Amino acid sequence: MAQAEVMLRTNNVSKSFGPEGAATVALSGVDMTIRAGEFVTIVGASGCGKSTLLNLFASLDKPTDGTIEVNGKVALMFQEATLLPWLTARGNIELALNYAGVPRKNRDVRVAELLEIVRLDDWADKRPHELSGGMRQRVALARCLAQGARIVLMDEPLGALDAMTRDHLHDEIESIVAAQGLTVVFVTHNMREAVRLGDRVILMGSRPGRVVYEQSVPLKRPRAMDSNDIASRAAELTNRLKAEQGILQGADS
Amino acid sequence: MSNPRFKVPRFNLRAAWAWTWPKLFAIALVLGAWEILYLSEWRPSYVLPGPIETFAALFEMVGTERFWQAASTTMTRAGTGFLLALVIGSIAGIAVARIKPLRLAVGNVITGLQVMPSIAWFPLAILVFGLNEQAILFVVVLGAGPSIANGVIAGIDHVPPAFTRLGRVLGAGSIALYRDIVLPAALPTYVAGLVQGWSFAWRSLMAGELLVIIAETPSLGTTLDFARQMSKVPELIATMIVILLIGMLVDTVFGTISRKIRRDRGLAIDD
Repeated sequence: MAQAEVMLRTNNVSKSFGPEGAATVALSGVDMTIRAGEFVTIVGASGCGKSTLLNLFASLDKPTDGTIEVNGKVALMFQEATLLPWLTARGNIELALNYAGVPRKNRDVRVAELLEIVRLDDWADKRPHELSGGMRQRVALARCLAQGARIVLMDEPLGALDAMTRDHLHDEIESIVAAQGLTVVFVTHNMREAVRLGDRVILMGSRPGRVVYEQSVPLKRPRAMDSNDIASRAAELTNRLKAEQGILQGADS
Repeated sequence: MSNPRFKVPRFNLRAAWAWTWPKLFAIALVLGAWEILYLSEWRPSYVLPGPIETFAALFEMVGTERFWQAASTTMTRAGTGFLLALVIGSIAGIAVARIKPLRLAVGNVITGLQVMPSIAWFPLAILVFGLNEQAILFVVVLGAGPSIANGVIAGIDHVPPAFTRLGRVLGAGSIALYRDIVLPAALPTYVAGLVQGWSFAWRSLMAGELLVIIAETPSLGTTLDFARQMSKVPELIATMIVILLIGMLVDTVFGTISRKIRRDRGLAIDD
């Protein structure tokens, strides 16, 4: 089988912050390749450089060393929905369409389509504070899709939601991503969530942030968050992360 | 069937009463104290008239053409001065917020100007412009402008970084970022600056109208001054009441706008 085209690739990428000499190394020697249509989840302890990596993919920042290839437009979804509070759900999505260059006359139809995709057709004219946390993230997802990007980066987008809403959104994100043929990099610190969603899980270690382990997840979809398969794989990831941190602690003392 | 029809207005009446009675009570308290002070003959009645005499003077004054001329001159000055301050203060505020060297150069000066009593500008303004409208407008703009500029600057400074980051992720250019994200996000603080700017403008204007008296141009300030000179104390107090009411009215309009903005964003504290 021919391999799908490469959408994102990092070649020995490093990133440091702060002045030379006293710099904090956030990422060191990161090599990864993400292909079209892949759903890749990145897990690791907080502060392992996951968000830094996404910022590099989104061109919000430049690597200190190494190169990054990005094949196409990138959209980014944040942990907080970050909806503009003075605009309605419709207005928030329309703004993204505007910046994506969608002509004014086509925007209404497109907004309606996007709201239908995230099942918020009846909430178009509500403002963010009138929506629940899950609804706000769905508007953010619709806005993300509005950018017309083939690559979607998600930075712990469900981290602040309750478990039930999160499970719903897993199903929703999964089906939308499949239907739209998107390539996704999904960052989380929740091992189960990583296994639940990912075709492939990348485990990152901290100080400095780097790839320590990779695992394909050949489980059939749809997957249930509480299935044994997911639990055992998540447990394995947790053990690897603990071992990784144990080594670090040993080195520290 | 009559019950539900009856309930709706009764409920509204109750809410309206709950809102009104504390205000009426406060007014009654002030008028009562005033009346007692008047009856006690602490000062002779030609120096401190009672409320009845004063309100009679007020009603008589409101019926004259001269009063409306005076009020319209004053309101035109207030409107023009405030609009000028709005334009100049907003542009200056955006410039200072955006351009770092400019902020380092004049950021503190704006706050300094805001603190400086605007009445201190009048002697200079009168020398530079003469005893005319420009002198008054100059000081009104200097009174209101710094508050408005500071409102813009504080508003822009407090835009959540997540919003500007979002703008970049969505692909907004620098003008679009300002127009669609930064300025709307700064709006509540900006409006707070406008409210403060208005109160400074109104104070500066009253000071100006007492100091810069232009012949053949009645204003609320000159009405006050003439009433004092001619010892028409009921008319003097009546004019003060008008000045107080206009200031409160405009403040209420701003307050309503400000509350609507906050409510639309889910920030409102109901009161």
